[in-house]
Parts: sequence; structure tokens; C-alpha cells
Amino acid sequence: MLTLTPRQEFKVPIDLGCLIPDAIIKKSIDEIRSFRIWEGNRNVHLETLFKISKEANTIDDTIHFTGDLRKIRRIGAKMSRGKIVIDGDVGSRLGEEMKGGTIIVNGDADSWVGSMMRNGIIEVKGDIGDYAGAAYRGSTKGMKGGKIIVHGNAGNEIGCFMRGGVINVDGNVGIYAGIHMNKGTIFIQGNSEGRLGAQMLQGKIVVSGKIPSILPTFTVDNIVKKTKISGEEIAGPFYTFIGDVADNGRGKLYISQTHNPHLKQYEKFL
Amino acid sequence: MKLVLKNGLVYDPLNQINGEKMDIIIKDGKIVEKTDKDSKTIDISGMIVMPGGVDIHAHIAGSEVNTGRLLRPEDHFKDVEVKSNITRSGVGRSIPSTFTTGYRYTRMGYTTVMNPSMPPLEARHTHEELNDIPIIDKGAYPLLGDWWFVLEYLKNGLVEDCAFHVAWMMAATKGYAIKLVNPGGPESWGFGRNVRDIDDTVPNFDITPREIIRGLCKVNKLLNLPHTIHLHTTNLGVPGNYRTTLKTMKCVEDLAYDKKPVMHITHVMFGAFKGKDWYTMSSGAEKISKYVNRHRHVTIDTAQVVFTDTTTMTADGPFQFGLYRLTGNKWVNHDVETETTGGIVPFRYKRKNYVHATQWSIGLELSLLIKSPWKVFLTTDHPNAAPFITYPRIIAWLMSKNAREKTMKKMNRLAVRKSLLPSIEREYSFYEIAIASRAGTAKALGLKQKGHLGIGADADIAVYNVNPKQVDPSKEYKSVIKAFKHAAYTIKNGEIVSQKGKIVKSNIGKTYWINVKFKSPPREITSDLKKKFKDYWTVEFDNYPVAENYLALSTPITVEAEI
Repeated sequence: MLTLTPRQEFKVPIDLGCLIPDAIIKKSIDEIRSFRIWEGNRNVHLETLFKISKEANTIDDTIHFTGDLRKIRRIGAKMSRGKIVIDGDVGSRLGEEMKGGTIIVNGDADSWVGSMMRNGIIEVKGDIGDYAGAAYRGSTKGMKGGKIIVHGNAGNEIGCFMRGGVINVDGNVGIYAGIHMNKGTIFIQGNSEGRLGAQMLQGKIVVSGKIPSILPTFTVDNIVKKTKISGEEIAGPFYTFIGDVADNGRGKLYISQTHNPHLKQYEKFL
Repeated sequence: MKLVLKNGLVYDPLNQINGEKMDIIIKDGKIVEKTDKDSKTIDISGMIVMPGGVDIHAHIAGSEVNTGRLLRPEDHFKDVEVKSNITRSGVGRSIPSTFTTGYRYTRMGYTTVMNPSMPPLEARHTHEELNDIPIIDKGAYPLLGDWWFVLEYLKNGLVEDCAFHVAWMMAATKGYAIKLVNPGGPESWGFGRNVRDIDDTVPNFDITPREIIRGLCKVNKLLNLPHTIHLHTTNLGVPGNYRTTLKTMKCVEDLAYDKKPVMHITHVMFGAFKGKDWYTMSSGAEKISKYVNRHRHVTIDTAQVVFTDTTTMTADGPFQFGLYRLTGNKWVNHDVETETTGGIVPFRYKRKNYVHATQWSIGLELSLLIKSPWKVFLTTDHPNAAPFITYPRIIAWLMSKNAREKTMKKMNRLAVRKSLLPSIEREYSFYEIAIASRAGTAKALGLKQKGHLGIGADADIAVYNVNPKQVDPSKEYKSVIKAFKHAAYTIKNGEIVSQKGKIVKSNIGKTYWINVKFKSPPREITSDLKKKFKDYWTVEFDNYPVAENYLALSTPITVEAEI
């Protein structure tokens, strides 16, 4: 196991995209120490910013970060194997374009968690920022597979342009969850601030908590007792909506009936 | 700087030199005859030497290019160029930023690039961007096919007045050639319509595209402009449009003189579709190449598709709108006042798509079926069919049947079955590549100092590390791709600017524009212009022309008009 601890508090953003399990697997500790990374606009050795230690004689693809990592971006970008464990808060673009492996954050993460990821698992014990599993600005190719599990709350526009995979949020989410979504599943156990699934084409969004209102471009479809997310049963009952009709979408919203008595007005259309 | 390139294998088609071992001597930015004692000598035995590449049609600057950049952050995201001591940082793949454009062309051994669509109103912007493109020489073609004054003069049969006007426009916009984009179409598009054939009428002007093309062709001859008219055909990107393209070529047949070309049709691939709809669409390349083989008055460039993600941008607003409807992608459409239109749609060419695969095939069929490479040039209509960085791959397809077959194996099967390519044995030689990518284009553009290595020519030279005596390009096409991707040396203006893909010096390139001298005293046209500007333009007349000191390195080419 490779352990990294910051030497000081960082003032400018640091791009750590190169330090992934795939890159360290056959490298000696000295080679790892001399990795070149960007600190703001300066190209420096990894060693100048982090205390690095490695358990002797182990061929292991686990990286362990401790300390304040809020300025560090792109941890685990494009990784395809192994495990990254982070004790502390972490910056944006965690697990960008990840292809496999696991990232566990025992703290909060900033925006763009798992953007454009293809496979693997990201688990965040705290809160996350906006745009989890989203596509890069301008692109329509968001998260395609894998799983993002958030135990805290999430920000706005999670699952933007999502094309597959699962986002599971235990807490609350901001507005526009699942905007432009095209396949995939978002499960929100807490509340949503609304505007759910705007311009979605396909896919499924489940909200077990409260939601202020449903967008007018969604039509109510049914009331179901339960639903399933990757084989696991979720107890309802749920109102189901289909949309976004404005974009000829066939996406589905599952909204808890018990927590949303104000949606009773839709029942007359059933 | 004095330089001698020793023992290179020289391909200089304009001087009929085909792979001879020769020394090239450079002094003060020109190619000279005699060596000086203090010249620096570079031994390039086993490498080929060609004149610097000349690209006749690539959208590298201007408002549509810049809007394309704004539209596509995801295009820049994956392609970042880090700054060095000499070069500046940049981004971009299909629409690279200005500095990156210059560096990337230079690395491939290209030294002159023409920007083919400049709305006159955006001339200032275009030149600002051209100024920022380092190393390469450049020029821009103002869009005149829908310009109100041209339409009005030609409607009334006033060809000479039109010529005076076009000459004024060349100086005002610092342009190099007359560009027509779907003549009459963008004007009709302002009223939600389009012209579907060269004999349709343009609303409010009572003129047909045929009259516009013929009129501007006559103007071009009257003014003695170095390039011919540069035409983007009517009905672009519509199945069955090869007939329109043939009609367009035919319509200026009688205006040809001295066996010289009078018309350049650009990105012909988009205008060579047969069939009634997208299901029955097939290649019309055979018919077009047959016509071009029999006639001398027309040159073309292909716009070769490469299967990749790119951005389409033309001044043909209605065509771009159609493309948006086809793809559902994000889009931009713009009406440039009284002048033209513009549109941008990101596009991905897919191997497995029948139409895209057929388009790929059409481009190569045109290049291979037209016998003389002096008539058909290599372009991708950057970035419409592919970004210019894909040129080395296209060179490999042209030089190697094996390379084409390898690509066809992964392509849509129906497209391969209908394609003519499996039956075409022809493979370009290095000599023919030199014609299609530099000598031919320089000749068509009338750039006398470019495209050859004779005494007195500009010392714009590309050296590629591939030995034709050892490498069989048909089989070892991968080494050809490697060689053309990064020139061993690129020499611009007598100085080494790039070495093995690394920029070693960044200097400023020239901007060519046309300054017409008349025999008769020029007619007063500005009073008419001023009046119309007050009524219809958003800019003041005095702010309209681009002053010469606005260009980084202004290089006017003076031509003597016949009138």
C-alpha cells in the first residue's frame, strides 16, 4: 500500500491525474517520488508536495491518502484497477473517466465526482458537490456504467447526460437531478429540490423523500407498490411519471406517494 | 540565414523533378543557385524534400471558427498543447486555437494555408485571428456570391461595374479570391427559403445562381485575379446533387480561355451524391471524374472524410440547418446582414454508418479516378470532413491500396459493396502527392513563389524522413503516415521552424491580399455604397474597410486588370 500525506496546506489547485493504481503497480518508491505533477502552473515532483511511504516488498495496487486534499483534482482519473482510499475531504473531478476499481472517500468530495466514468465504484461517506456522473461541458457523453454511492447529500445537476450506471444518494439532492439523462438509474433516498429529469430521454429516477413539484412536461402514468434498482427491491408506494415529453423522452420518475401528499392532484388523471 | 540541404531526394513537380538527389541552397529566405562559404549544411540523405505544403481550403480563422470554438469545449478538453519556451499553449482538435493551428500545420510541413470563407463584415475579425496564427502564410477569400451589390450589378448586366466593386472589396477586406457559397442560397435563407438548382430564382433579386456564377467568373477574368472563382456548389449534401455539380461545371464551359481553369469547385465530395434519398444514396464520383477528366476549365478539391469526431461549419446556412435536423446536435445559425449566412453543427463520421462510409469512399474515388493530380487536390475542408491533422492518413490511403482495404474491412458492408474503390488499383506516387498537396494548389492559387523549389522561389520547404528507395508506400504505409505526421524539417522563409515535430522557431507569416490596378481610371462606386450603408448596415462605411497596417505582415499582390 502506498500512503501519501500532504507536506503543507495547498494554496493552488493540484492535478493528480497521473497517480493511479495502474501507474504505480510496477514502480519503485523512488520512481513514484519523482512523478511530475502540476501545482498550479508549476511542474513539480510528487515528493515535494507529499510525504510518501510504501509498505515494504508489497506488490499492491492500493493508494491511501490522508489529510486535507480539497485542492487536489482528478484523483483516480482513468484508473482501471485497484483501490484508492481517501481519509479526508477531496477536490473536484474525483474518478473522472474511471474504467474500473474502487475509490472510497471518508469525507466530502467536491463537484464532478465520477464524471464520464465507465465502470468501477466510487463511495463517498460525506457530501458531494454538483455534477456527479455528468458529462464534460459541451459533451453529451456522461457516465456510462459503474456506481456512485453517496452517504451524505449531493448538489445540483447530478447525472447530467448520464448514459448508464447507478447513482445512489442517501441524503438530499439539489435541483435538476438527471437533467438530459439518457439511460441509467438515480436513486435519491432523501429529498429533491425539484425540476427532476428535465429533458431526460430514458432512464429511471427514484425519489423516496419529498419533492416540491414535478415538471409540467411529465405525464403521470401509474401508482406502483415497489420498484427495483439493480435487483434490489425498494418499497413504495410510488407515483410514476413519464417524460420529458418536450423532448419525446421515455424516462421514468418514481416519486414516493407517502412523502408527497401535494401530488395527490395527479391521481385524477389516472 | 544561409542553409544547404544536402543529398535529399527532391520532388518538385512544377520543375519536373521526380525524386532526384539534389542539394537545395537557401539564402535570405529564397532558393538560390550558388553556395556561400559560411552556409550551414544539413545532411538529409535518405529523406525526401518537397516544397512546403499549400492548403487551398481550410477554415482556420474567422467568426464562424471562433463561434465553433465557443460551441465545443468538449473538443478542446482532450487535446491540450502545453507551452514551451518558443510556443504558446493552446487547445483543440477539430477547431484548434490560433497559435496551435500554426504549429500543427508547420509540424506537418505545411507553410501556406488559405482561409476560404470570410464574410466581408467579419473581415476585421478574420484578420485579427490570422495575425495570431504564427509561421504559416495565409490569405482569405471574401464571400461575394450573395453580396447585394454583386447581385444588383449582375442582374442589370453591369459586369464592369461589378468588377470595380469586387476590386474595391478585395482591398477593403484584404481578400485573395472570390468565394461563392451556394450562390443565392444564403440570401434566400433570409426569407426561409433556399435555391435548389442553379436555375432557381433568388427572391427579391430576380437573378439565378447560374447568372451569379457566370457573372463573377467574367469579373474574375476582367480583374486578372491569380486564383479562379472558388465555388461551394448549390444543393450541397443532398442525395442526387451530383447533377447540380455537373451543371455548375458546365455553365462556365464557354468562358474558358487559354486552356486554363476558370473555376475551382471546393469540397466536391459533398456535392457528389447519387440517389433519391438517404436510403438509395450512392456515389456520383464516377460521373464527376469523367467530366473533369475531359475538361480543363475546372479544378476541384475533395474534402476527404476521416472517421472521427469533428465540427461542420460553412457559410451555407440552409445546409447547416438541414444537418442539425438530421443529427439533432447542438447548432448555430447566423445571418450576416446583407452578405451571407453561417452555420455550425458538431458531427461524428462513423465507420458503420452507410452514408458516412459512402462519403469516405466518394472522396477517395474522386482523387483516384481523376487522372491528373493537377486537377484534384487534397483537402478535408477542415474541419468539415475531418480536422487537418488527419492529412497523413489520407496520404496513406491515396498511396496504398492495402491501407484502403484495411479501412474497408471495418466499414459498413453495404457501402463497401457499392463502392468503386475495391476495383481501383491506382496508387499515388510521392510525385503525385507533391502535386495534390502543394504544387497543384500553389499553381491553382497563382502563388508564383510557392509550391516549387526553383531558383527564386520562397524557401518554404518540407523534409520528410521516408526513403522511397527503401520504403514501399503501398505496403509500409504506416511509415509514410509517421513521416508526414511530423516533418523531419520544416523550413519557412529560409529558417528552420520545426524539427522532428518540435517547433524550434516561431515567426510571423505573411498575409496575402489582392491589389487591383486598373488601366482606365476607376469608377466612383463609394457614393452608392455610402448611401446603402446608411440604410442597411449596422456599421459605418468608414469603419468597414480593413486598413493595411491592421495586418501583421501585409503582402499585397498587385494585378493588372483588363479594364
